[in-house]
Amino acid sequence: MSDTHTSESSGDVFDLSQFHGVFYEEAGENLTSMEALLLETDESNADDESLNAIFRCAHSIKGGAATFGFQDVADLTHVMETLLDRLRRRELAITSGMIDTLLESGDVLKHLLASRQSGTDAGIDCTELVARIGAFAHGTVAAAPAAVAPVAAATAAPVAASMTEAPAAASASPAAAPLAPGERVLEIAIGPLDQPRLADNVVELFGEIPGLGTIEPSDDGKPDAAQTRHFRVVSTVTDSDLLDLFSFHVSREQVSIREVGAAATAVATPVATPVATPVATPEADQTFGLFEDLPEPVAAGVQAPAAVVVAAPKADAPRAADRAAPASANLESSTIRVPTEKVDQLINLVGEMVITQAMLAQTGRGLDAVVHQAMATALTDLERNTRLLQEAVMAIRMIPMTAVFNRFPRMLRDLSGRLGKKLELHTIGEDTELDKGLIEKITDPLTHLVRNSADHGIEMPADRIAAGKPEHGTVTLAAAHQGGSIVIEVRDDGRGLNRAKLLAKARERGLSVSDSMSDTEVYGLIFAPGFSTAAEVTDVSGRGVGMDVVKRNITSLGGSVEIDSVEGQGMRVSVRLPLTLAIMDGMSVGVADETYIVPLASVVESIHMTASDVKSVGGTGRVVEVRNEYLPLIRLDELFDVPRSVEHNGGIMIVVEAEGGRIALLVDDLIGQHQVVVKNLEANYRKVPGVSGATILGDGRVALILDVSWLIRRVRH
Amino acid sequence: MNARANAVVNAVVERPREYLTFRLGEEEYGIDILKVQEIRGYEQPTRIANAPSFIKGVVNLRGVIVPIVDMRLKFGLGSAEYNDFTVVIILNLGARVVGMVVDSVSDVMELSPEQIRDTPEIDSVVDSSYITGLGTLNDRMLILIAIEKLMGTAEMALA
Repeated sequence: MSDTHTSESSGDVFDLSQFHGVFYEEAGENLTSMEALLLETDESNADDESLNAIFRCAHSIKGGAATFGFQDVADLTHVMETLLDRLRRRELAITSGMIDTLLESGDVLKHLLASRQSGTDAGIDCTELVARIGAFAHGTVAAAPAAVAPVAAATAAPVAASMTEAPAAASASPAAAPLAPGERVLEIAIGPLDQPRLADNVVELFGEIPGLGTIEPSDDGKPDAAQTRHFRVVSTVTDSDLLDLFSFHVSREQVSIREVGAAATAVATPVATPVATPVATPEADQTFGLFEDLPEPVAAGVQAPAAVVVAAPKADAPRAADRAAPASANLESSTIRVPTEKVDQLINLVGEMVITQAMLAQTGRGLDAVVHQAMATALTDLERNTRLLQEAVMAIRMIPMTAVFNRFPRMLRDLSGRLGKKLELHTIGEDTELDKGLIEKITDPLTHLVRNSADHGIEMPADRIAAGKPEHGTVTLAAAHQGGSIVIEVRDDGRGLNRAKLLAKARERGLSVSDSMSDTEVYGLIFAPGFSTAAEVTDVSGRGVGMDVVKRNITSLGGSVEIDSVEGQGMRVSVRLPLTLAIMDGMSVGVADETYIVPLASVVESIHMTASDVKSVGGTGRVVEVRNEYLPLIRLDELFDVPRSVEHNGGIMIVVEAEGGRIALLVDDLIGQHQVVVKNLEANYRKVPGVSGATILGDGRVALILDVSWLIRRVRH
Repeated sequence: MNARANAVVNAVVERPREYLTFRLGEEEYGIDILKVQEIRGYEQPTRIANAPSFIKGVVNLRGVIVPIVDMRLKFGLGSAEYNDFTVVIILNLGARVVGMVVDSVSDVMELSPEQIRDTPEIDSVVDSSYITGLGTLNDRMLILIAIEKLMGTAEMALA
């Protein structure tokens, strides 16, 4: 059940490409909704909700692209996000120019994604676009070539924010002569300049940012005939980050960057280097580094149609189909996204069909096999086909948590590189099966949570050693069925949450808080929109988006999120989702004429019992001795008031375990074990104490599923 | 909207409406046909412990778990016998599907607004606030029930 991946080794093993299909679909949806939202946006009166929604679209795409190493997509969405962030914070007013540019970016993203998906080279140069968005974001509208960025406080902040990425990126590869991995030698021309000394300001600014690299004039400090200055820069940061930085003093149009050399890169080299790589060759793709251990994407794309056909008859057809990307220039998908209700309806109809088939089989048995031979054969075929159909339909929805957890070793590996931290991933319960619908919906929130843990939770190695912790930070993902829910925990052994800091931040944000709030309430603050305690914005996290999205997504699934933290020890985010869609192994037990389901996961053992085994304590309490331990005994017939025509003695005792406690349940007999699809009672009825849900038995009857946690809590108090 | 405008709107909107009629003991009831999803025979539901006696339990309706309420027990009308002729009216009340056991389903009737009389103040097991009116058709009297409102009450213990 438990498995440890260390960030150093595991990344090479995991194949992320199987999730590409999902990403393309999600990104496509996000782009579509972003476009729709942008088109609806009224420049004079943009509402917060839609600005937030647009921001989230860009953020989601960026998150996915960064995970998969689609650097060009991530770069573009990053600047879009910077702009959108300022817009939604009302630091900038939205203009039609911005909307046009954002729409254009959306189109460019579509093309980039489509070419990624088909494995062809888009040949799209987005540097100019990135620069334009950056200019908007930093309040320096690109139209005026001689415009000097005002050194006002308002602009200083975002520029500083974008620059903070540089040390983060640089720290992955400590600068070393002559060229560290990921470093590039750039020739930068700045001009024409009205005041050539502006270029000196750039040099000065460059020098002030630690870890950025080196800059030296290649023209002896004199502008050339065209009033242009030339510099030689050795740096690891992207062109767009350099442009961001330079635009502090000179306009972006005045800067031209040309790459003259690069180190053999193990670390990701940004794609936005149009001058250096005018036509990206497949070899150039390799220098992204992040693709190294993936199967050749180009080949996959070309062979896709064949792959789909071959993969289809296999048992795991849905996932195999996911893996194969269609060879189309458009953003198309090889999977169909279907609303869960449609699948639910399909499953229900198949369930009905199974019952009808059973009835037919019953009737058919009374017929003379010789006379009705054709009929008998048809009935046998029907039975087999019905069973296959049922299995196939069920398989559509059920996926083990591995499908989600597999994403993370790679992500953590990349994060550990980018953040300069040592991260280890530990997963528990990845076999827990979860409905596909839920898996899809829980993936993004979990990604956010894991990132948050890695970025904000886990300290830098030096700090960890100073705090007496192992140098490696551990992020644990655990999934388990618990009572009527599935609980997925994201734990880290990092610095935990700081109550005082949270409260201070909340006050700064204008939220009403008081010192008397409980810890739970204070921790809950991090779910407020725009709330982030990160001191700096990185492209990993820190913009305060994420946690509110996490909460929103989980709540929309009918679940809840809880945060538990000990400062200095780490934090734990528990996501509890209802079992509405989950499948479960159950043991069906008989009590008089009724059937109940005990979740198999909670069953420890079952023992034959006679009436004399039961001892009473204090008159009404009853216990049984099991392996030298007295366990409280609950008679299900009494608990559920089951009507009995004849007195029943003895029976079978099922020892169940949950929430760290054990009790024995007395039932009449064991009927069998099977997988049950959990249906909730609340949809049309109400919550019933002691019952976590219901399921439909093979004969079409409803059986109630016991809530073992509830039973144990009931005994305790 | 003022009263006059309301009256105009009502006059336009109030066309004859269709009601499904059913019997509980000697009484005849009518509910809005649009709330009725289907009519089924009675099948033994799965009992739910500690529920009121008129909640017979839950059944599987094509994969959906639906509670079954016996109106005869709820209102103390007729005898709560279950045989091949016992009928369950499956109601679709917006977000919720509920099955209702009645003695028998009679027919579907059209009633125009003038056929519906006000309910006098009476003492009955059915809270008169759920009776929208008394429909008359020849010598029959239909007790018209706002079924969605009735099923939504705490008294029905359905939610």
